[in-house]
Amino acid sequence: METQDKKIAKDIEGYLKEHENKDMLRFLTCGSVDDGKSTLIGRMLYDAKMVFDDQLAAAEGESKQYGTTGGKIDMALLVDGLQSEREQGITIDVAYRFFATENRKFIIADTPGHEEYTRNMVTGASTADVAIILIDARKGILTQTRRHSFIVSLLGIEHVVIAINKMDLVDYSEDVFNEISTAYTELATELGIKNTYYIPVSALDGDNVVDKSDKTSWYKGQPMLSLLDTMDISKEQKEEDLRFPVQYVNRPNLNFRGFCGTIVAGSVSVGDNITILPSGKTTKVKSIINGGDITETDFHVTCQEAYAPMAVTLTTEDEVDISRGDMIVHSNSVPRVSNSLKVMLVWMDENSMILNEQYDIKRGTSVVSGAFEHINYQVDVNTFERNQVHSLGVNDIASCKMLLNQPIAADSYETNRFTGSFIVVDKITNNTVGAGMILGVSRREEDLDKIQNKEYTDSEKALNLFIRENFPEWECKTI
Amino acid sequence: MITQERLTHLKQLEAESIHILREVAAEFSNPVMMYSVGKDSSVMLHLAIKAFAPSKPPFPMLHVDTKWKFNEMIKFRDQRAIDLGFDLVVHSNQKGIDMNISPFEHGSKVHTDIMKTQGLKQALNIGGYDAIIGGARRDEEKSRAKERIFSFRDKNHTWDPKNQRPELWNIYNTAIQKGESVRVFPISNWTELDIWQYIYLENITIPDLYFSKEREVVEFEGTKILVDDDRMPEELRKTAKKEMVRFRTLGCYPLTGAINSSATTLPEIIKEMLLSTSSEREGRLIDKDSIGAMEQKKKEGYF
Repeated sequence: METQDKKIAKDIEGYLKEHENKDMLRFLTCGSVDDGKSTLIGRMLYDAKMVFDDQLAAAEGESKQYGTTGGKIDMALLVDGLQSEREQGITIDVAYRFFATENRKFIIADTPGHEEYTRNMVTGASTADVAIILIDARKGILTQTRRHSFIVSLLGIEHVVIAINKMDLVDYSEDVFNEISTAYTELATELGIKNTYYIPVSALDGDNVVDKSDKTSWYKGQPMLSLLDTMDISKEQKEEDLRFPVQYVNRPNLNFRGFCGTIVAGSVSVGDNITILPSGKTTKVKSIINGGDITETDFHVTCQEAYAPMAVTLTTEDEVDISRGDMIVHSNSVPRVSNSLKVMLVWMDENSMILNEQYDIKRGTSVVSGAFEHINYQVDVNTFERNQVHSLGVNDIASCKMLLNQPIAADSYETNRFTGSFIVVDKITNNTVGAGMILGVSRREEDLDKIQNKEYTDSEKALNLFIRENFPEWECKTI
Repeated sequence: MITQERLTHLKQLEAESIHILREVAAEFSNPVMMYSVGKDSSVMLHLAIKAFAPSKPPFPMLHVDTKWKFNEMIKFRDQRAIDLGFDLVVHSNQKGIDMNISPFEHGSKVHTDIMKTQGLKQALNIGGYDAIIGGARRDEEKSRAKERIFSFRDKNHTWDPKNQRPELWNIYNTAIQKGESVRVFPISNWTELDIWQYIYLENITIPDLYFSKEREVVEFEGTKILVDDDRMPEELRKTAKKEMVRFRTLGCYPLTGAINSSATTLPEIIKEMLLSTSSEREGRLIDKDSIGAMEQKKKEGYF
């Protein structure tokens, strides 16, 4: 930091040049109430000199009023935002924090660890590249560790850092560290977490957070910050298929009709053959405007090619009907289009999910009505056991069959985080009541008319009710 | 097959912000963008131009004029509106003007509440906007760190921090009832340094007040403020001295502290910012009123 300050003082333009080309990494911290999450984040910000004097002075003042660390500055107070939380001494919602090194800008999603806040962790995990899971060295792997790890794997986070914290309270014991690491490796294997990294840490004292600690000479790895700074998070180089959800139709006059959106996967070039889904119409790309290239003096800059995650505007050779919610793809790699999807649903509302009730399903830029027809099984986030249930309450996670009123072009979440994810919006309260990940897309569309408009007789309905009440294991649908 | 590079952090942030702005334009019937004339507003305006080119941004810019803004800000605002051709809506709280509300006489709390918070509510009610795009960033203040990018407001424009809608991936819930609204923060994930670097890279025009020059200032409640007009009490004005100063944030001149500085170019401003040890909002007097002051103001409808 000292040398960096010197560089800034000496050659600011050189410094700015270097910092134009930083990468960005988003990570999530998960731990239980007393695992020291906020303390770890506060420590990273503090040791990376990302805390300003006046913020520190405010935290010092507040430490006297609310702090839990005796004479020391309570690092958690640098991070915990809301007044009510400070008074309770816990974090109650997702908070986003920022810091940067010479290589990377970091966005931290800080989420609470209580069971009732599973939804907040899912929210924080949805945008993260990396997860840091805190484990109290005195306690080892707890139920909540399993829960956090499950959610991290569910949301497709490929890199997990296990911070074995409070090493100061176990005399920096290598044995304790090894024992917990070994146990966690088994858990990671069970959940299919791709990359794991283990670090012995004391967030309170700063051991192995920014600087390597001399109290853990047996630890040969990097401290937390340099690990995050150098970790390779680029996806395996593969030819990703173009996915372009149409967000907005830009039509300033009769001569221009552009389709705006963010490329969520792959790349597109002028002249490419494209297919519009779900209609299946085809055309060619005529021109590409990359929003990033536009200047205040030139509104008409175009480019030959663009790639994810650029926000662009495409025009087409032919006048085909394209509107918000459609997906543009290359004609030689078309995803499945269906209204019947197998999904993993996280329920987030106090009101339970009602089977066959119509909700608004927002996936990418499309909003379509749909219902959950059937719960295949609910997963216990602590034991990973699959249970048969008939309703979903807040924080429940379950595999369901989702039936939409219109077909959409969809990928599995595993293939594409943005075309494979959706939120569920209640039609009356307008709240976001659920979030889901697509597991599979049916080959064929289901005939909605047959399902929705079939008239049942009273005796059929009575029989249906009798079966559902007395033989729940048959998983009979409500008619 | 072209080789895909990872976009730099600024290009990623820019793309995210453009996505958010387009989502607003596509989903709401009567959106507006808050324009406060400061550097963050300048960046927002620039992003809006990029998002909708070759069209102009499909929403007006709203400035709540407390009547105590720096004169230079007002000139800058009107010139930008002419140069870029955007629709500008200006609103001031007439009741407050009639009451002769003054930060010098009534203090920052009363002035901010009547001229800024109440003025904003009036402007929003008159406009009937269903989406209000603001330039707040999550790194500015602790209570902002928890706010969603699409942040729901009830009919009274109030924020309920304990009852926020979950926000996942880049999917934003834009559903509201008539009378309700959403505040949208496209630069939530930018930091002060990101903003400055972007202004530098993109050569974005910002008011001159950010650059240091010799200005007349007086000591007021522990900070230096600019002698901007003769509404400043006589006894204060008598103490005026010329100093090399600039402003790190722009607001009402009696409530915005100047800092001594020799930074006259963008790289020098960034250098000063990087080497400074106090955070951006320190020069703003309103936050210091009490712990959690901003959280309280936000609940009441302040941006």
